[in-house]
Amino acid sequence: MTIPEHSFDAIIVGAGGAGMRASLQLAKAGFKVALVSKVFPTRSHTVSAQGGITAALGNVDDDNWLWHMFDTIKGSDYIGDQDCIEYMCRNAKEVVYELEHMGMPFSRLENGKIYQRPFGGQSKDFGKGGQATRTAAAADRTGHALLHTLYQQNLKCNTTFFNEWYTLDLVKSDNGTIVGVVAMCMETGELSFLRGKAVILATGGSGQVFQSTTNALINTGDGIGMVLRSGFHVQDMEMWQFHPTGISGSGVLVTEGCRGEGGYLVNADGERFMERYAPNAKDLASRDVVARSMSMEIREGRGCGPKKDHVHLKLDHLGEDVIKTFLPGVRDLSRTFANSDPIRTPIPVVPTCHYMMGGIPTNKFGQVLSINTNGSEAIVNGLYAVGECACVSVHGANRLGGNSLLDLVVFGKAAGDHIISNFGNFDNISLVKDSNIGAASERFFKWNARKGRISVSEIRREIKKVMQSDFGVFRTGNIMTGGLKTLRQLRDSLMETGLSDKSLSYNMARIEGLELDNLMSVAVSAAVCANERTESRGAHSREDFPDRDDVNWLKHIIIDINDNIGYRPVNQKPSLVPPFKPTARKY
Amino acid sequence: MLISVYRYDYKKDLDYKMQDYNVNPDDCSGVMLLDALSFIKDNLDETLTFRRSCGEGVCGSDAMNINGKNGLACVTPLSKFSDSGKVVLRPLPGMPIIRDLVVDLTNFYSQYRKVKPFLLNDDSISYEAENLQSKEDRDKLDGLYECILCACCTSACPSYWWNPDKFFGPAACLQSARFVFDSRDNKTRERLIDLDDQFSIFRCRTIMNCTYVCPKGLNPAKVISELRMEMLKHKI
Repeated sequence: MTIPEHSFDAIIVGAGGAGMRASLQLAKAGFKVALVSKVFPTRSHTVSAQGGITAALGNVDDDNWLWHMFDTIKGSDYIGDQDCIEYMCRNAKEVVYELEHMGMPFSRLENGKIYQRPFGGQSKDFGKGGQATRTAAAADRTGHALLHTLYQQNLKCNTTFFNEWYTLDLVKSDNGTIVGVVAMCMETGELSFLRGKAVILATGGSGQVFQSTTNALINTGDGIGMVLRSGFHVQDMEMWQFHPTGISGSGVLVTEGCRGEGGYLVNADGERFMERYAPNAKDLASRDVVARSMSMEIREGRGCGPKKDHVHLKLDHLGEDVIKTFLPGVRDLSRTFANSDPIRTPIPVVPTCHYMMGGIPTNKFGQVLSINTNGSEAIVNGLYAVGECACVSVHGANRLGGNSLLDLVVFGKAAGDHIISNFGNFDNISLVKDSNIGAASERFFKWNARKGRISVSEIRREIKKVMQSDFGVFRTGNIMTGGLKTLRQLRDSLMETGLSDKSLSYNMARIEGLELDNLMSVAVSAAVCANERTESRGAHSREDFPDRDDVNWLKHIIIDINDNIGYRPVNQKPSLVPPFKPTARKY
Repeated sequence: MLISVYRYDYKKDLDYKMQDYNVNPDDCSGVMLLDALSFIKDNLDETLTFRRSCGEGVCGSDAMNINGKNGLACVTPLSKFSDSGKVVLRPLPGMPIIRDLVVDLTNFYSQYRKVKPFLLNDDSISYEAENLQSKEDRDKLDGLYECILCACCTSACPSYWWNPDKFFGPAACLQSARFVFDSRDNKTRERLIDLDDQFSIFRCRTIMNCTYVCPKGLNPAKVISELRMEMLKHKI
């Protein structure tokens, strides 16, 4: 069977902040770019980012990108790659100014400059100078403002949009080069081969593997699944950030900016408990630290509410003006999902799965790295990954708030630039065989052919249950071993699933089936890596191994589709400054 | 609770039908209408089709007509219907239907494109610093930039139903204003001249359906009249 083919200079899968920053860079330079997204671009999950984008602009207080770099490395619990973190922090100022010039509606200070607010894990003078004020914001809708601005710029530069097209898999030629993707138009259910000299994966996170998550329903780890099925690795999949302030019950996020603006957490006794856990940074310690502290309070019986299952985020002391000007979206969400107006009453919050620090290993240009059987690294020809699906790694074991939007635009742009300057070297004579395209279309037919009785939603529900109970804020070896066993059984039972709806037009049941393959890959790889890492570092907190172990574990874990594990060293060679050596991490 | 949903598939069906589902709100994973729809899809009928993404009212995917009024399913509490015990869901009105609650928004998006929804600024660009903008000038964007393009307003507008090709519709008008009133944009006059015809913004008859339904509490009708005032000020 042959399917229609469309040819482009570059194919970008995913139209969130990272994908659209990459496509913009290429489209502006006159390249023919296809942006493929399973939702209309402004429905991508970047839209939900609230608090801001971190850059050492120094608009409010003294600042220096090296301090930002130090904070990010410390935040990563020292398994962030220092050359990449250096690159991100050094370029932060420029990319934020670019966004402003594109028209992004940042909030403003009295002097007309971009508004900045304090965020967790930020310090001046390498941790010695107190809290920094580094996160640039558009009220508490920074992601929305950023995403819409990037969409608008892509319209201006004539990017070709494939909106509501679902990418099935990468097309890999016999010599290992990525030459495009097979994607399905959701409206018609028809497949096409989108050929590109380069493919950039920007498919975002995968928080839907957890039961309680701040992530959108579309965050199903599609890029992770694609890369694994193409025979490459993913990295640090055990590292999941639990955001301290998900609204209890619904999991809807309220920004760390609430605490940046002066809000704080209290337990059932009304105690500001973060003063005990992090005497200096208090409520603005790193997210992993705050989430663990909250969980301890709840576990020790000091949780709020009749079930004592959450704590309170107190904002009423900030006054109506601050809340209405800088946190209007949070107020809306709290009124809708918690039935509480933060001007008067606190918001019930609980740590909630928020961000995947792991992902597809790349270098600082976004080029995907493959690891050979002898452990040596090679660049995958024609394949890039940017944003949350990538693991550059700038976030290591724990991401700092405000660094995610920054990661998107810095590396989205970098990948675009790298394609532009190396375009002549791309292997454009590489022969694509029908069998290569067939391999990438396979899943479509597989799901159609399955006649099993188990529904997609049943397996998805079980995955979420296992991840939530066995791989949460606190982890223990024997529980995780059981969790992994269940996940593997679920993976086997995929064969017994089936779709009752096989129609062509806008078949969301089929999409959810295809997404389930990816959720499964993410969950199993996360579970294997979490079992493997026998230490506590950043967001990975093991009760049976409570300490960080730099002797054995200052390294990345990689894993392939057959659950084979490998390791990569952490880069400790920034180009302009001496490396930051691991030290005890206190806030 | 009885949930009655409009069912139609453009590839298969000649006409639509309404289908009823019985859902116990306590069985749903959350308290919103979207949670009930997900419950139906997961447990009762895999074929039921609707868009959804963020689940918190900021992405604009799950706009639909709920008991006659456009809104977002993810921020519509089920408790709203507990008295009557019934809710009727139809696709957004005035748009071609693809399947069930999924409508074709192509024309809605192309009207958005018409207003040149991007900053136009001829100044030499230097990324050494940001453009300065006073707090007061920034405040003028509030009520404009927050639009999530859910299409609740435009699909509720009779003037748009009548002239969808020529009248921008409230959402696109709002985005036009978002750039007209941005102090950093220096094509204000050109933008306003582009609006000077009988249809683009002048087909608005201040019916106010847009403002009535906007799930973000924005007021497109008022903004359209402000655009007209701005044209007068610029003697267009």
